[in-house]
Amino acid sequence: MNSEPILSVRKLEKRYGNFIGCTDVSFDVWPGEVIAIVGESGSGKTTLLNCISTRLERSSGEIRYRLRDRRFPDLAELSEAELRFLMRTDWGFVHQNPADGLRMRVSAGANVGERLMAVGDRNYGEIRRRASDWLERVEIAASRIDDMPVSFSGGMRQRLQIARNLVTHPRLIFMDEPTGGLDVSVQARVLDLLRMLVSDLGLSVIIVTHDLGVARLLSQRIIVMKSGRIVEQGLTDRVMDDPSHPYTQLLVASILEN
Amino acid sequence: MYVAVKGGETAISNAHRLMANRRRGDRNVPALSVEQIVNQLSLGVDRVMAEGSLYDPELAAMAVRQARGDLIEAIFLLRAYRTTLPRFSNARPIDTNRMRIERRVSATFKDIPGGQLLGPTFDYTHRLIDPSMAGDEAVAHPVKRERPTDESCPRVTDLLDSQGLIEADVPSNDEPGDLTREAIAYPVGREIRLQALTRGDEGFLLALGYSTQRGYGRTHPFVGEIRIGMVDVEVEVPEVGFAVCIGAIRVTECQMVSQFKGSGDSPPRFTRGYGLIFGQSERKAMAMSLVDRAMRADEFNEQRLAPAQDEEFVLEHCDNVQATGFVEHLKLPHYVDFQAELDLLRTLRREAAMASADTPMSEAAE
Amino acid sequence: MTNPSLPAYNFAYLDEQTKRMIRRAILKAIAVPGYQVPFASRDMPMPYGWGTGGVQVTASILGPDDVLKVIDQGADDTTNAVSIRAFFAKVADVATTTRTEDATIIQTRHRIPETPLAHGQIIVYQVPIPEPLRFLEPRETETRVMHALEEYGLVHVKLYEDIAQHGHIATTYAYPVKVEGRYVMDPSPIPKFDNPKMHHSPALQLFGAGREKRIYALPPFTDVVSLDFEDHPFTVQRFDCRCALCDAQDVYMDEVITDDRGGRMFVCSDTDHCETRRSEGCQGAGLPQHCTAKAGWEAAE
Repeated sequence: MNSEPILSVRKLEKRYGNFIGCTDVSFDVWPGEVIAIVGESGSGKTTLLNCISTRLERSSGEIRYRLRDRRFPDLAELSEAELRFLMRTDWGFVHQNPADGLRMRVSAGANVGERLMAVGDRNYGEIRRRASDWLERVEIAASRIDDMPVSFSGGMRQRLQIARNLVTHPRLIFMDEPTGGLDVSVQARVLDLLRMLVSDLGLSVIIVTHDLGVARLLSQRIIVMKSGRIVEQGLTDRVMDDPSHPYTQLLVASILEN
Repeated sequence: MYVAVKGGETAISNAHRLMANRRRGDRNVPALSVEQIVNQLSLGVDRVMAEGSLYDPELAAMAVRQARGDLIEAIFLLRAYRTTLPRFSNARPIDTNRMRIERRVSATFKDIPGGQLLGPTFDYTHRLIDPSMAGDEAVAHPVKRERPTDESCPRVTDLLDSQGLIEADVPSNDEPGDLTREAIAYPVGREIRLQALTRGDEGFLLALGYSTQRGYGRTHPFVGEIRIGMVDVEVEVPEVGFAVCIGAIRVTECQMVSQFKGSGDSPPRFTRGYGLIFGQSERKAMAMSLVDRAMRADEFNEQRLAPAQDEEFVLEHCDNVQATGFVEHLKLPHYVDFQAELDLLRTLRREAAMASADTPMSEAAE
Repeated sequence: MTNPSLPAYNFAYLDEQTKRMIRRAILKAIAVPGYQVPFASRDMPMPYGWGTGGVQVTASILGPDDVLKVIDQGADDTTNAVSIRAFFAKVADVATTTRTEDATIIQTRHRIPETPLAHGQIIVYQVPIPEPLRFLEPRETETRVMHALEEYGLVHVKLYEDIAQHGHIATTYAYPVKVEGRYVMDPSPIPKFDNPKMHHSPALQLFGAGREKRIYALPPFTDVVSLDFEDHPFTVQRFDCRCALCDAQDVYMDEVITDDRGGRMFVCSDTDHCETRRSEGCQGAGLPQHCTAKAGWEAAE
């Protein structure tokens, strides 16, 4: 593993008036590492994800990101053009509801190909070939390439959203409850696929989930949040087997009972 | 044999001649005078002035006559004339507090200082077609009250404001923008929104205002006050160093008292929606105040989901002169573009026919 | 009651202040080719959508010595062209012409003349919707950011969908172009047949959208490239027939339905081009003929 973090968060805080969304959050993400942010709803985990991915403006703190040229600027120093470029090339964002991340009235092929066209690919056949490759990698039949996502099942839509994000070989993916809206049987297949792709591509991932099972399956490290603060972080196996904070103990106990 | 269409000029001039004939109608019937229109169709004239953004009853009446009673066409005529007028100076803001009131109603308080005054309203008339309208029966003179010289009619919103119950009207010395003279960029200031609304289409605003009442951007409105009457227009004359009254105009003002809001720093207060229209037009002033309030959603951290809350949507579509022009431009020739579409369609159909001809019979039979 | 004083109008209708404002917008547009400059469009005495943008641009650049040509659908004698030409003849008393090469200013709706434009000429396009991204993204606040950041991927998504669904790029007019490698621009609803005429044209090309309050421009000799894919290159329509009146080929044709049994004939869309050829002795077959328009992709096959 590389010795420099790809992302570094320090003293991050987000306030809404007097209300604290999240505060005093610090952690690093290393290349190829999957970090799960867990906690119950209202714990600030989605606020945190949105702040880091610049979808939400932070109130204070630092967020540094390792660019491909190895510079490590705070994201606030980047222009809107640079940020948007990052978002469509180096980053991916997988929404809980695939409709938020897909163009529902545009074909599956164009959904996957959009990022390629956005960065200047101008060969129709090549864009189509790569879109078709990616559809197969996420286990969608290439024959569905000209179909609209509205005709896809929930699981297929989610896999399409993943393909759409990965086509530009991003280095950092944000995921917000990626299996949250799916049936249990469908969840397993999407999780399996995610695990395989993440390890094949060496992706860094920050995944927000309320489901410790998802965290255990995908992540190497885990951050537990409560009331906008980190209460515990560490290697996933350690935290799950030997939780030190009472709140984490409660969370872990609750899945064991289920 | 095909002959290229020629003589467009003659066709146009003949069409205009026919139209003039239709406008005049039966020559045995006396022509309408401008006075008749100004006096007897005054609400139509008011609408033309309001949406034409030009206060001139005679010109508006001429436009109504020229447009054969088509008010949007008349508005268009007035606007196209207004564009060419030079600006001598800007008037001072009119003061509706000093309005010579002809009508004043409040739905929020039963009695208000200065009293409620019904004035010339259709309200409480029974909408029965009056047979006397077929003739010219004598009409009684109105009952007039003595105007007390010290009469004070404070605005209801000012009364609420004095108790801190409604957001304060923040006076500003900034020069307001002018959407008829400057390019606008979104988001725009409230003054530009109000300008667009006051000259916007009455029907469109009415429908939008109505939609807010039906849940598409609710604002919980109460009519704080509607007042109609004459206000003086004053212009600063630098040479003499004071403002000079150059005339008076009739306006309708509606102050809507809406959904209260509070924040961490300030206790809850009612909020305002504002409508001001040239002439007498309660319906439009009320609709305007509803839409104005709905468009202020961001100021009060309200979710913007409804059409009436969408500044860009409302402002881009409320102007009936723009709307009618663009809708009606569809009747202009589009041969060239249609030819291009026709060619493509024929190509696609030819290809589809060839593709199905290639399909084996067995499949085609399925 | 007194009669209001009768209106009097300035040369070319607009007051000089307004003309200055519009000229400033035009200069900015020329300085940033393809960029849509907002301007405070005036109410005009013709309806929005009928050329108010073009008329304002023409009114602002027109001088007493100019010779004006106005076309609509390529023709000088369509009613709206006649009406606009008459307007300027009345309010500016300028000379008008139907001959492309004699005109100093050509105002057009939907076509570029067949006769190549020359150095010193100005062509003014009437534009209904100036924003090439409008039907992909309805919000002005968003499209302005997309232009600012050169985020044009969505335009290619549209072209990709055309090919995926129809086998061809199905945009036949108002075909988007990229200007000087920077701004994506709507060329107004000219058929894509005319797109190549914009590239490196020696004439100054001005675009006015009155209702949408935008002016944009192509200075002479500007790069204007129609968007496409490497393996689905931009092509123009070709008609594999000749004009029934003047026998011209490789021009844009109007299809004329001659009877109710499917009879039709094709004639030049550009009436001046057609008349000039006929005056030079060219003569077409005249009779209704059967002719199919062939798109370039077929011709290339």
